[in-house]
Amino acid sequence: MTPRKRRMVLVLGILAGVGLAAALASKAMRDNVMFFFDPSQIAAGEVPTGDRFRLGGMVELGSIERAPGSLEVKFVVTDFKHKIPVTYNKVLPDLFREGQGVVAHGRLQSGVFVADDVLAKHDENYMPPEVERSLKEKHGGQMPAAETATKTTLVEPGAQPQVVSDVLTVSGS
Amino acid sequence: MNWTWFHRLGSPPYIYKLAGTLTPWFAWAAALLIAYGLVGGIVLAPPDYQQKDAFRIIYVHAPSAWLSLMIYTTMAVSAAIGLIWRMKVSHALAAACAPIGAWFTVAALGTGMLWGKPMWGTYWVWDPRLTAELVLLFLYMGYMGLRAGIEDTQRADRASAVLAIVGVINVPIVKYSVEWWNSLHQSASVMKLGKPDIVLEMLIPLLVMFVGFTLLFFALALVRLRAEILRRERAASWLREALA
Repeated sequence: MTPRKRRMVLVLGILAGVGLAAALASKAMRDNVMFFFDPSQIAAGEVPTGDRFRLGGMVELGSIERAPGSLEVKFVVTDFKHKIPVTYNKVLPDLFREGQGVVAHGRLQSGVFVADDVLAKHDENYMPPEVERSLKEKHGGQMPAAETATKTTLVEPGAQPQVVSDVLTVSGS
Repeated sequence: MNWTWFHRLGSPPYIYKLAGTLTPWFAWAAALLIAYGLVGGIVLAPPDYQQKDAFRIIYVHAPSAWLSLMIYTTMAVSAAIGLIWRMKVSHALAAACAPIGAWFTVAALGTGMLWGKPMWGTYWVWDPRLTAELVLLFLYMGYMGLRAGIEDTQRADRASAVLAIVGVINVPIVKYSVEWWNSLHQSASVMKLGKPDIVLEMLIPLLVMFVGFTLLFFALALVRLRAEILRRERAASWLREALA
């Protein structure tokens, strides 16, 4: 083996070793790397009760209730399989709205998630308002990516409230 | 196969001259494209349906973030070439890349924070994407710190090359963090297989900015590479002739 080949093997060896280490570390720390839990994980009992954690999902259509005269707000977070009711009493971010992704930090108290921090999650779709309107008209109030709404991950490109309720009806909940 | 082109790339005088010739071309093309992209993105593109005008930060944020990863990869590859083929110019290129990449990482993090406050409701969260990008900044800083800490250029080259190669594992982690784990950061709109999730009139200035930023990096890297070659070859006779 020439010295050059040996150095090449060394570099490839470093890459393979570090790659393996990173893969193992990320597997071991998967739960810590996850930024939030979705309602299905909570329903499956993957979250220790009483601990503070982050809940992520989509704000269900028509679920926002505001108490008049205060900041107190109630809404339901869904991942299209399970739902969790949330209460919050601070100022909400601009992008917080029904059908939009949300990540709430707080704890679960007798089935209700009491949030002390709410962040809006933006999806990867960028379009002007006119395009959004015409998409809605063309698809009878639905955004085109309805098939993705059945996925359990949070960011459904264009999963709009109508799609949410369709999926919930189909799954019988 | 004829390898003379590869060996010529390893010759400091050749690279010094070539970089000098290419720099103005890259710089002017970058200036024109960035000017066009900024007007197209900030003035002409329509506002977003959710974020209104706040989405326009994407025209700086996304190209900066792309460069932060692309420059690191360039740095690690040229460090590896320098290590394997004992090519001084390649080490010089890696060293020249580091501060540029660090600044684009700072730009990506900074613009992201400015956007995050009004949109998400916070400047910073320990989200996988954000955390991995911050680690990228630390890798750049570690690389530069290690180089600065070793006086002998050849030893600095070899030690920092190993760090650059080890750190390259973070590049796919940054890129795919939004797919592998739940994160607050949205997934890719443009840099992915399949159709972009962004309408054409917003996409075109963004693509122009991507190309413009990349050419800007080429121009900056070549200027810094020339400076690095000057520093390393300060005793060489070819340099005295070239500068005479």
